[in-house]
Amino acid sequence: MNDMSKDANPVIPDTIYIDGHEIPFTQGQTIMDAAFAAGIYIPHLCHRPGLTPHGSCKLCTVDIHNRIAASSATDRRTHTKFAVDADSRSVSACTTPAAAGQQISSNTPELNEVRKTITQMLFIEGNHLCPSCEKSGDCTLQAVAYHLGMLDGHFPQFFPRREVDASHPTVMLDRDRCILCELCVRASREMDGKNVFAIAGRGTSAHLIVNSPSGTLADSGLETGDMAVHICPVGAILIKEHGYEVPIGRRTFDLHQVGEIGLEKVVLAKARHIDE
Amino acid sequence: MPNLTMTDEQLKTIVTDARSQSAHLLHVLQTLQDRLLHIPHEAVREVATQLGLPISQVESVVEFYSFFYKIPRGRYNILFSNCTNCGYQLGGENLMQALCDRLNVFAGITRDDGLVSVDQTSCIGMCDHGAALLVNGLPVTGLDNNKILHIADLVEARAPLAEWPAAWFHVDDHIRQGGLLLGNVFAAGDGLRATLANGADSTLADIIQSGLRGRGGAGFSAGMKWKFCREAQEDARYVVCNADEGEPGTFKDRVLLHSHANEVFEGMAICAAVIGAKQGFLYLRGEYRYLLPRLQDMLKKRREQGLLGKGILGHADFNFDIEIVVGAGAYICGEESALIESLEGKRGIPRNRPPFPVTHGYLGMPTVVNNVETFAAAAHIALRGSAWFRKTGTEKSAGSKIVSVSGDCASPGIYEYPFGVSIRQVLDDCGALEVQAVQIGGPAGTMIGINEFDRKLAFEDLSTGGSFMVFGEERDLLAVIRNFAHFFEHESCGFCTPCRVGTTLLRKGLNKIAAGRGTKYDLEETKRMAALVKRRSHCGLGQTASNHILDVMHRFPHILEQHLANSDFEPYFDLDAALEEARQVTHRDDAAAHLE
Repeated sequence: MNDMSKDANPVIPDTIYIDGHEIPFTQGQTIMDAAFAAGIYIPHLCHRPGLTPHGSCKLCTVDIHNRIAASSATDRRTHTKFAVDADSRSVSACTTPAAAGQQISSNTPELNEVRKTITQMLFIEGNHLCPSCEKSGDCTLQAVAYHLGMLDGHFPQFFPRREVDASHPTVMLDRDRCILCELCVRASREMDGKNVFAIAGRGTSAHLIVNSPSGTLADSGLETGDMAVHICPVGAILIKEHGYEVPIGRRTFDLHQVGEIGLEKVVLAKARHIDE
Repeated sequence: MPNLTMTDEQLKTIVTDARSQSAHLLHVLQTLQDRLLHIPHEAVREVATQLGLPISQVESVVEFYSFFYKIPRGRYNILFSNCTNCGYQLGGENLMQALCDRLNVFAGITRDDGLVSVDQTSCIGMCDHGAALLVNGLPVTGLDNNKILHIADLVEARAPLAEWPAAWFHVDDHIRQGGLLLGNVFAAGDGLRATLANGADSTLADIIQSGLRGRGGAGFSAGMKWKFCREAQEDARYVVCNADEGEPGTFKDRVLLHSHANEVFEGMAICAAVIGAKQGFLYLRGEYRYLLPRLQDMLKKRREQGLLGKGILGHADFNFDIEIVVGAGAYICGEESALIESLEGKRGIPRNRPPFPVTHGYLGMPTVVNNVETFAAAAHIALRGSAWFRKTGTEKSAGSKIVSVSGDCASPGIYEYPFGVSIRQVLDDCGALEVQAVQIGGPAGTMIGINEFDRKLAFEDLSTGGSFMVFGEERDLLAVIRNFAHFFEHESCGFCTPCRVGTTLLRKGLNKIAAGRGTKYDLEETKRMAALVKRRSHCGLGQTASNHILDVMHRFPHILEQHLANSDFEPYFDLDAALEEARQVTHRDDAAAHLE
């Protein structure tokens, strides 16, 4: 994948370039992994170190320049008839392997505009009423929106009708706020060893379902201590009887920037309550 | 009416029966759908238990595919194609509405007596046969008002499909012009014999040398795919034939599978010999389920001839067989990694790549996925050699292309051309007069106008998986692209944000413009969204889902501009119309009760 050899800058092995910065990587790392390790924040919602990368939210979209690797050439629907940025291709940083010499754009006005638009799309697709949401201030979607300078939803609201599942004694599921990141799906499978969640349906009808005989959380085997309960980046999965214990103004993103590296641990710790 | 309430024991028996025919999840669910007219939650649980799958996997599959329903459909389940070229609005009249009116039923809602349901579905690949529908999975073509009345009478009379006029179900090949593939036949087994005589190495070299590129439209070298798969170090390898021909306006695989299936199966077996596969799959789109008995017969015959199964053609170590898996209404499954997911009994969600299917495909094993036409061409090449193949076509696009021509022309049907043929030549041959635009490669492809008709069909110019839609001067191109936008919204798998939300926003944007409420700002917004969906989506579906809009903006700007409102801004909804309910409640209709 070393296609830069004719360039003026010789390729340094196991180095990629993000916005011109030299970033070391080890074989097997994704662009996101390498960026994380180097303390560079690439906005993301569906990614969490330690879980299988997903690549669905597309917040971590970056452009790779001058790369001639075999990409989606086997894909019958990938035509390249528009010469839009033909010298670069768009990939998800969280799923794309780092490869020596990659020239990557990430923190550019154009890409941040794309990310803002995608965040707006996530907002208007669901029913996100931040002022009345328990997760406000602890919500990564909201924090990313602030980070990207999003001031409104911009697009017409979809106002979908989605079901609430309040059947479980200690956990509730409010699908209005679900952004289909599948963090809970993966956490349940990969960390909790349970497989409680899945996505069903297609297109904008896609929705979170529960893997239980009744299809509700009540008989699912989900427990309050499960990683799947706490990993939700929005307010779709909430612990019952623990509303607004931390006042607005002292919540995670009142005290931290979403771009701080290693914040996942803080967010997870915040989501756990004293009596757990 | 089938008994829709049943005991657990009855349900268990029904699922066991279904499973005994084929244990593939899609097949079990289709059998249940046929039998119970829907898939109730209890059945989902029972299927999960019997197949040893998570309940959520079965549930998610039921909800993903269009031909599975959670609410009972009618005993006559009628699905009109909504394609621009074989859809219910083809002749300018709404045939679906006509049938609904006649049967006193609402589209999408099963009639109270459970007798009939009427709905629409994406292109069913009958674009050379006029308006078409599927009734309980069988295609009825050439619809007009008379036929609609007749269908309504037959439904009301509860006439079994066997008593409907047999001619209605007849699907012609409509091969108007043969060529390299359609014009040359060979006896079953000849390609395989040549392969075994020449050896796998030599055959692979020949396939690479031939320049054969994937006929689905993207054009990756078939030989290189086979080579990568062959070189992958794993215990098992698979051959998959992509017969999920879902691109609206494409029906050449329907014809190949109907009349040239031997060459297709032969190509698959040759691929198996080259890469060392023991198992192959033909993934047939659900809309072509009517071809299944014929294809199964053919496989049976090939087994009897020693062309499939154990010890093929006397070679004790050459074991290969083909299983047909039938889809259930999901265009995305034409994307090769989504197809593999579907083969594995899951939702058709395209995988992240790398790794590619050639190294990590079906069950994580190296897998070759090729188009129906690619396998047929490979069989011919194995028999006749690469030089024979290269004599036809262009340098970069060797061989021929089978094109499905439909729309506003005298002779829609199948035309096989050497690559490099001009669009004008195709239009002349099919008798297309006064053409406004041609859609090449289907809604995901390219729309061109009259000044580009000298361009060529070839990978290096205009690539197509087979769809060639002709739009005459009378066609409303805005209606055409609104149809396409609806299609992509309906078929988006929902995995990534740009495609899932973007295709809906694009459909809404076009509708607003068509309603005369769009401003220049809306046009710019639609363009911005089209560019984002194209560039930032996860897979080929999203990356091509806005091509038609960008094409019209680029080549036919007046189509949209003529509908634009003069104001700087119009809200998405009509403020005055939104007050209508309040006016009715308050019995007011005076000037002060209106905004305008």
